[in-house]
Amino acid sequence: MAASSLNSWVAGAWKALGDLLDGPFAAVQRHIGAHRMAYVFLLPNLLVFGLFSFWPMILNFYIAFTGGQSVILGERPLVGFENFRELLDCPSYLDPKTCPVAGYSFWTGLWNTLFFAAVQVPIMIVVALVTALILNRNIRGRGLWRAVYFYPVMLSPVVVAVIWDWILKRRGILNAVLDDAVTGWNGFVASGWFAPVAGAVLALVLYAGLSRLFCRLNAICRLKWAGVLAIGLAALAVLSPGTPALLTLAEYRPVNWLIDQRAGWPMFWVIFVYTWGHLGFYMLILLAGLQAIPRDLYEAAEMDGTSKSRAFWRITLPLLMPTMIVVLVLSLIRAFQVFDEIYVLTGGGPGQATKMIIQHIYESAFIGDAKRYGIAAASSVLVAALLMVLTLMQLAITRKRAGG
Amino acid sequence: MKTVIGKAGMLALGLSASLLAMSTSVSAQAVNLRYLCYADANECDVARDLLDRFEKANPTIKVTVDKVGFAVIREQLETRLQGGEAPDMARVTNLGGLNKYYLDLRPHVDAANWEGNFGTTLPWMRVGADDKGIYGFMTQLTVTGPFVNKTMFDQTGVKMPAAGATWDDWAKALAEVQKKGKVYAGMVMDRTGHRFAGVSISYGAKYFDASGNPSAVVDDGFKAVAERMVQWHKDGLMPQDLWPGAAGAKWKNAGDMFINGDVAMHIAGSWMIQKFQSDIKDKFEWIVPPQPCGPAGCSAMPGGAAMVAFKSTKHPKEVAKVMEFMVSEPILKEYYERTVQIPAHKAIAEKGLTYGKEVGAATQAALKQFTADFAKISPVAHKLQSYQRNVAIFNATVNYVAQAITGTLTLPQAYAKVQEEIDNAVKK
Repeated sequence: MAASSLNSWVAGAWKALGDLLDGPFAAVQRHIGAHRMAYVFLLPNLLVFGLFSFWPMILNFYIAFTGGQSVILGERPLVGFENFRELLDCPSYLDPKTCPVAGYSFWTGLWNTLFFAAVQVPIMIVVALVTALILNRNIRGRGLWRAVYFYPVMLSPVVVAVIWDWILKRRGILNAVLDDAVTGWNGFVASGWFAPVAGAVLALVLYAGLSRLFCRLNAICRLKWAGVLAIGLAALAVLSPGTPALLTLAEYRPVNWLIDQRAGWPMFWVIFVYTWGHLGFYMLILLAGLQAIPRDLYEAAEMDGTSKSRAFWRITLPLLMPTMIVVLVLSLIRAFQVFDEIYVLTGGGPGQATKMIIQHIYESAFIGDAKRYGIAAASSVLVAALLMVLTLMQLAITRKRAGG
Repeated sequence: MKTVIGKAGMLALGLSASLLAMSTSVSAQAVNLRYLCYADANECDVARDLLDRFEKANPTIKVTVDKVGFAVIREQLETRLQGGEAPDMARVTNLGGLNKYYLDLRPHVDAANWEGNFGTTLPWMRVGADDKGIYGFMTQLTVTGPFVNKTMFDQTGVKMPAAGATWDDWAKALAEVQKKGKVYAGMVMDRTGHRFAGVSISYGAKYFDASGNPSAVVDDGFKAVAERMVQWHKDGLMPQDLWPGAAGAKWKNAGDMFINGDVAMHIAGSWMIQKFQSDIKDKFEWIVPPQPCGPAGCSAMPGGAAMVAFKSTKHPKEVAKVMEFMVSEPILKEYYERTVQIPAHKAIAEKGLTYGKEVGAATQAALKQFTADFAKISPVAHKLQSYQRNVAIFNATVNYVAQAITGTLTLPQAYAKVQEEIDNAVKK
């Protein structure tokens, strides 16, 4: 009773509010005509976009053509293309070391970002697609798994980086686990348990191999002999005096995962952490795309005896392609914007190994004695132009393939 | 009845008016000031405590202490100053670089007292010979230098180099400690060109030409230390975690490595004393040895943080009142004692400080050593410290020498880029 009266009260209030707004909107419509009313409804969104997206873009574009160190526009002298010249005046773009300092930082950041995007974007798409395909199936705890994969997206990039820093630093969790594993293994090898446990495991493995071999060699399988031989060989191997020394691992030296450049670990972990943090977002988009594919297509394919892999390549992938294009464009743009995670994790190091283009822009503008807003803004304009070209190329290729 | 209502109405009106007037007069007098403060240890907390006393004595002035990380002061403060969103006061280390934003306190303070007691450090905040402004005071006077894990030397049986030993002598001894003690690294330097400068000046770096411009920073003294840094990293004496461990001029402190016993020597400075005292406790014995030397001397780099006022403040008189309170002898003495700093105030320094009972023997000895080192600081180091664009020099040093260490650049390439970046900064 109380609920129904509340509902009727809410409905009444809505109607009153509608009536109240109806008058002004009707007046506006009479004045500008019905066909222009769409703009009135778009106006609030346009204002927000204009203020927080377009206006900063215009400001950035203006600052790219100014010099000086002041953030006040009036105090910044116009310098024409000087900032662009400083960034582009370089003997060899492929070897940024040959560039003057501003160009060196810009081109190093740009090449690192291009490498990052070229490796990370395909990995992200493949992993997100595989995850979406698995989570689209009727598996146990599907809701939980979807939440688990989406959870990192809700975390701040800085939090993601700090968590992984705890794991990856020299005194971090990963090194501690590996160290414990090595110590534990060596302890096991030295203990009295090693001989019986390792002997039993080895004997089982040998038995599996030998019994098959015997069956192939002889018409009759001599399983008993295979068992005796397996036990004998295992005992010989385990009880041999050199075995413990051979199996004892060297003392584990903690690896500086985020600093040790020899095996390319910093870039590997940067890509890994970024993919981990953003995977859920793209997985969700692909999941929505997968669920939009009509089920009857799969049912028809099944009735025709189509294999699952063929159904994937001929039905799923083509119908998912528009969603994949969205994911590709979004992930590429976001790969170019990568900054927070990497800045916290590696600071762009070691050396310049993980310094991305946004770090160059940030450092030019805000770090150091000379605040070079003009260089930072000019770099942003160049990166925006590059992104625009890449996006248009992608769209053109996609349209061509789709025959559009 | 009408009269009664009328009288009551008049009374209510009168009361409301007087209450409004009272509240207006109180709010007109109440001034809220903001102090942007970063801390190495307890500096902001002690300042807050002392400012509570100030507020009690001056009920119309409230001072909010905004405690922030050092990166905020280093990276964001100037942009806020340019954008007109500045605090009234701040604790800064880029003393000359922010000069154009400072409030000259001379009209509001006892200038003679300030000049008499802060005569050595006031020029650090000035630019040019004609600048006689009083902009703030040093909340700490710092001296760069090494901290040594004495326990490691004792345990490994390696003899600690004596006073007058060179950096090379120390490197040799530390390599032995590292090897014998299976320590992660022998020595580590904070990732900043400021620490590098003290060592390079000891090796003869001049930083300035005859006309006082940094036109040839990369001289033989600078190169000698850059070469050593590359070699020490190659040998594993210095860890990869600091200088090679980031890009650009990103600042990194190696204090935690020293506290965790990962390294036998930490090249830092006197501001770390209190942190080491509180965090190391009796885990191991640490000392500050006499400043290691080079062929040109045994110089450290002076430095420190100053509490400065900004001219964008709407309340210059009240700001000056806060500053006068903070530099009053008993207050500043207490501040230096509680934050365990080397005093920058002449009279306080002459009378001496009585650090609390909690300040142990190691801390007392360290303070004594750093104070002695201060007297030996080269004039080049003082000049570099007071140079307006010194941050550009420090940043260029760390950025490109670090890249030479990682092998991204060769040393000659790094040298060329260091000078080019400094030239750009000076030009712009």
